[in-house]
Amino acid sequence: MYVAAKGGEKAIRNAHRLLAKRRRGNPNLPDITLAQIAQQLTLAVDRVMAEGSLFDPELAALAVKQARGDLIEAIFLIRAFRTTLPRFGASRPVDTAAMLVRRRVSATFKDLPGGQLLGPTFDYTHRLLGASAGVEGQYDEVDDATDHVAVLAGAAGAGPMPRVTDLLGADGLIEPSPADAGEEPFDITRTPVTYPVDRATRLQTLARGDEGYLLALGYSTQRGFGRTHPFVGEIRFGDVEVSFFAEELGFEVSLGTLQLTECQMVTQFTGTAQAPPQFTRGYGLVFGQCERKAMSMALVERSLRWAELGEEKGAPAQDEEFVLAHSDNVQATGFVEHLKLPHYVDFQAELDLVRRMRAERAAEAGPEAFEEAAE
Amino acid sequence: MSAAPDPAAPDPATPESDAAPAGPLLPELAYNFAYLDEQTKRMIRRAILKAIAIPGYQVPFAAREMPMPYGWGTGGVQVTAAVLGPDDVLKVIDQGADDTTNAVAIRGFFEKTAGVATTTRTSEASVIQTRHRIPEQPLTERQILVYQVPIPEPLRFLEPRETETRQLHALAEYGLVHVKLYEDIARHGHIATTYAYPVEVAGRYVMDPSPIPKFDNPKMDDCPALQLFGAGREKRIYAIPPHTRVRSLDFDDHPFRVQRFAEPCAMCGARGVYLDEVILDDRGGRMFVCSDTDHCETRQAEGHHGGMWGGAPGAAA
Repeated sequence: MYVAAKGGEKAIRNAHRLLAKRRRGNPNLPDITLAQIAQQLTLAVDRVMAEGSLFDPELAALAVKQARGDLIEAIFLIRAFRTTLPRFGASRPVDTAAMLVRRRVSATFKDLPGGQLLGPTFDYTHRLLGASAGVEGQYDEVDDATDHVAVLAGAAGAGPMPRVTDLLGADGLIEPSPADAGEEPFDITRTPVTYPVDRATRLQTLARGDEGYLLALGYSTQRGFGRTHPFVGEIRFGDVEVSFFAEELGFEVSLGTLQLTECQMVTQFTGTAQAPPQFTRGYGLVFGQCERKAMSMALVERSLRWAELGEEKGAPAQDEEFVLAHSDNVQATGFVEHLKLPHYVDFQAELDLVRRMRAERAAEAGPEAFEEAAE
Repeated sequence: MSAAPDPAAPDPATPESDAAPAGPLLPELAYNFAYLDEQTKRMIRRAILKAIAIPGYQVPFAAREMPMPYGWGTGGVQVTAAVLGPDDVLKVIDQGADDTTNAVAIRGFFEKTAGVATTTRTSEASVIQTRHRIPEQPLTERQILVYQVPIPEPLRFLEPRETETRQLHALAEYGLVHVKLYEDIARHGHIATTYAYPVEVAGRYVMDPSPIPKFDNPKMDDCPALQLFGAGREKRIYAIPPHTRVRSLDFDDHPFRVQRFAEPCAMCGARGVYLDEVILDDRGGRMFVCSDTDHCETRQAEGHHGGMWGGAPGAAA
């Protein structure tokens, strides 16, 4: 006798109970707190905020914990929460020149107005696993006053820290940044994207794109697949103020500050009959301290601009529809992992077809050919 | 087998309580009827209306991120959320079955967020969300069938670019599909597409029927029920209005044919239905049972029995 497998509901319930138990781990160990995650796993939290497209360190910490440290799962949780939030408008453009700078480096000039500020970076650390790498100790001797450079516009004794691209732009050596048209930008979370896309759509899609995916694509351009001859004009990380123009009030109100990493990649451009030789920009902007992502984004952004700059197309990183349509890790993981859902019905149809074709071939060619096909 | 709401079941829409430690965090969250806010539902309904007006045409819509993964039915869930009213009776199937895990999860989602009545009986449902099957029992004009669609573009595997396929549809240039089907015949002697078999809707658009077996294709033709298709990740909705001509593509000398099973269902003895193959042992033992669980159980209750029937369904589970 056969009775078809039943009990999907009970199985799901039990699986989720087990998940909760495994998430907690050994109950004799203290439960990890959200504050600990937000303070000590900052870069994980930053990545979740960046690719989740929601700036809220507490919620991101909660997502990291709920996801057992699986960052794509955490990003997914944040996205699913974000989708329920009302959207009441677009903020004023943030001014990264007025950033409270915690890190700022340029690879194109040895020194420049505002100086180089290393900030909290893994760069130049020796990747030696162990206590001597500074996990314990050392930290309490650091004077927090050197943590940042206050360059908020209007602050006493300091002007905005000019961006390297602004310095180059003053001589016309680099293409100007597109002017702010004052229009509300396209919102990829509220309108379906159609290709080809405009700049705002491209940047938004890249900003929430998967870090690993963009890293690989950016890397490919360095290895010759659509080379753009990039230099890091500047990377800066710090706090910027976000403000909102309230129509009802008739003036701007500050909504608070958020942390951003901005990368301006300066790339070569030999000029055309119409335009003189000039440097061009690749732009990366990401929530939190996500330097690898900002750099990768800038490389890929520049690669995608091949058409407007009259370059030849041929590399994967230049293919807009390919690059943008596959950059979202929540979409990608969902669709890849859906393969573990049941596909009995379609598989049955294929099974039937393969059996029929094998039978036909066996009938045509005799038993020897059939054995060969079975190997 | 009907799914009673279980207070112990994990909540798909809110963070689980054991993950939230003490401290000022989220206030208790309240979600709208059927999860989505009314503005979003209105946007989806507009897309649905357009889809009904242009049968088989893929209407772009601003799909939202849902609390289940892309590829697991987010498109179908959004369409269902947009058409569902408080008086509706919902049935959710996956592979024809009401008790497959994803069907259970989606049914639970709407029980929780919409509080609607649910059923496993095809005849009792006013909205049926499905993945990969059309119920065996003919649908009526009082019903809506919502399909979950992974890849809405029937030309996708022939031409990966949206910019190109859009043009091909605009020009009704479907030669590529016919070439693919022809190549199947040239190579294998017959058409080797067994599911997601392309159809022409109302004499105009070629449409992907979602990965239903081609066995189910004829049920789409002149169907009294409204058929809606939602693809969340790809952000597309399309529709077949009631009583619309749906033709599976074929050739005069190679007419469209559906699968036939040699044996009847081992549980209910049904013939002319789609069957799942179940492997019984490691010595080649196997049996075939109805993929549509409701159809099978209804027939068993009516006294139809197959060769391996062993009592009332569920009695020995």
